[in-house]
Amino acid sequence: MQLSEQETVASSARALTGFLTRRREQIAQRWADVPLFRSVFTVSRDEAVEACKSVVDALAVVASTGRLEDIEAPGFDTVREQLGSMSGSRSRIGLSPARIAEEVAALRPSVAELLRAEFPDPAATEATEGLLDLTILMGTLRLVTMQTALSAGEELIARQRQQLHEVATPVINLWEGIVAVPLIGTLDSARSQVVMESLLQSIVTQRARYVILDITGVPTVDSLVAQHLMKTVAAARLMGADCVVSGIRPATAQTIVQLGIDLGSVLTRASLADALAYALRHQDIDVSARASLR
Amino acid sequence: MTASIPDRATAVPVLALGQTLLVSVQGELYDTLAEQLQHDITLRVADSEVSGVIIDISGVEIVDSYLGRVLAEIAAGARLMAARTVLAGMRPDVAITLVELGLTLPGLITALDVECALELLARPSAPNGSGLPERAA
Amino acid sequence: MAARDPAMTIRVPIRSDADLSWVRQQVRRRAAELAFGLVQQTKLVTAASELARNTLVYGGGGHMEITSLGHGGTDGLCLSFVDDGPGIRDVRLAMTDGYTTGDGLGLGLSGARRLVDEFTIDTEPGRGTAVTVITWAADLPVAERAVR
Repeated sequence: MQLSEQETVASSARALTGFLTRRREQIAQRWADVPLFRSVFTVSRDEAVEACKSVVDALAVVASTGRLEDIEAPGFDTVREQLGSMSGSRSRIGLSPARIAEEVAALRPSVAELLRAEFPDPAATEATEGLLDLTILMGTLRLVTMQTALSAGEELIARQRQQLHEVATPVINLWEGIVAVPLIGTLDSARSQVVMESLLQSIVTQRARYVILDITGVPTVDSLVAQHLMKTVAAARLMGADCVVSGIRPATAQTIVQLGIDLGSVLTRASLADALAYALRHQDIDVSARASLR
Repeated sequence: MTASIPDRATAVPVLALGQTLLVSVQGELYDTLAEQLQHDITLRVADSEVSGVIIDISGVEIVDSYLGRVLAEIAAGARLMAARTVLAGMRPDVAITLVELGLTLPGLITALDVECALELLARPSAPNGSGLPERAA
Repeated sequence: MAARDPAMTIRVPIRSDADLSWVRQQVRRRAAELAFGLVQQTKLVTAASELARNTLVYGGGGHMEITSLGHGGTDGLCLSFVDDGPGIRDVRLAMTDGYTTGDGLGLGLSGARRLVDEFTIDTEPGRGTAVTVITWAADLPVAERAVR
């Protein structure tokens, strides 16, 4: 079974392998001028030709194994990274994965032309079989490229989301030993995790005794948000810092009461200024206008 | 195959600084060592004029519920003998983990490091040292 | 499906207090090798410490199996704590915060579950207990990963 299957693919696929190996140079020369390769390998044309050759070689390897339709075929492994960096640089200029796939599809006609020239009679069975195999193989290459483009995109999204989290939660050093985090937007589990980690780290680096969590910019405080706040307060306390939650607007206070959320031992203040005043007073720091200005 | 406890070498030293006991826990704290420590501290507090105990855990990589309970018991025992216990130097990742575990150690006084802990103990008035009213234990 | 590499599985006995420490060290080392973040490492090691202590105290000893997982480019660590002890009669009750049949705080099982990404418990009275936990190395917290 296995054997006969191999035998049948062998005749046409072997011919394709032979063609790809023989015409390696010509194919590479033609590909080197299409945007997909040219825009990525900008230093020299030779570089682009080399890159094209490695793709042709990979296709030859895949053809020789007869696994023309298999995107997991081992031959593709050698070019996956290269295809990834190529599709990456194409997507950076704003091309969608579908557009990149079209560019890959555009590689086929020039090879097909070369292949057709191999056969004296273009209507012969070998010619049609060969062209069919080439079409299948190039289709698979398109899929492989699209796959690398998509996974690169996913990585990018994940990285940006992480960056967004970090950017969106700055820890501000308000006074010696007093840090504040102005929370803005929705406080979900991921956000609160980042807030907690960067806040605790700043307690160490700033040697903070007081931490102010300002929730003026948090639109809704439900029981989940309250739970996140209480966890952050508890963790800060374990490190020896006291937490004050400020910026509880009247509407927020009402929701908290209506939902029956128990903020427990969390110390709250109406505004960031009140919270700062509290922390200063407890550090025995007096802030007053200078006599001459009174 | 069962690992054996390296003895003595890892026993936790208890230092006396005036009326304060300073305990610096480093690295792995075996369960039996933790119990030994609890015993040692309780004896030292009962014995002398000790008014404060500082447990420095800046060198401790994890605190699980067992060690958490031992620490809470040390503090509770010392309190019975009128000494205050301050837990100093907990690492951020340990603090996050303890909170997630559900162990917030409400009865313990905490400080950023030994220096802050000494400052705290020097202030006679504040029961929780950190300025807030003591939370329900 | 997570691919398991049997060659990457090691077994650590849990028979004594000192073994608990060995369990913690092994888990820490493997988590660090897989480039887990520090918080993730500490959470997993703490969970392992809780579960290994349960194996020792309530299961009368047993072992931990530690396996590295690969899953679509994400590395993970799978820990199984196995004992032939009396088993747990009421799993739901045992998973409740503060419930204990010993003199602990009753945070072992329920707390450990909150420290890992995946948690399964397989037990029957008289047939021992196996608790398996998995944590995936990720730069994003659990809730975010579900979106991907």
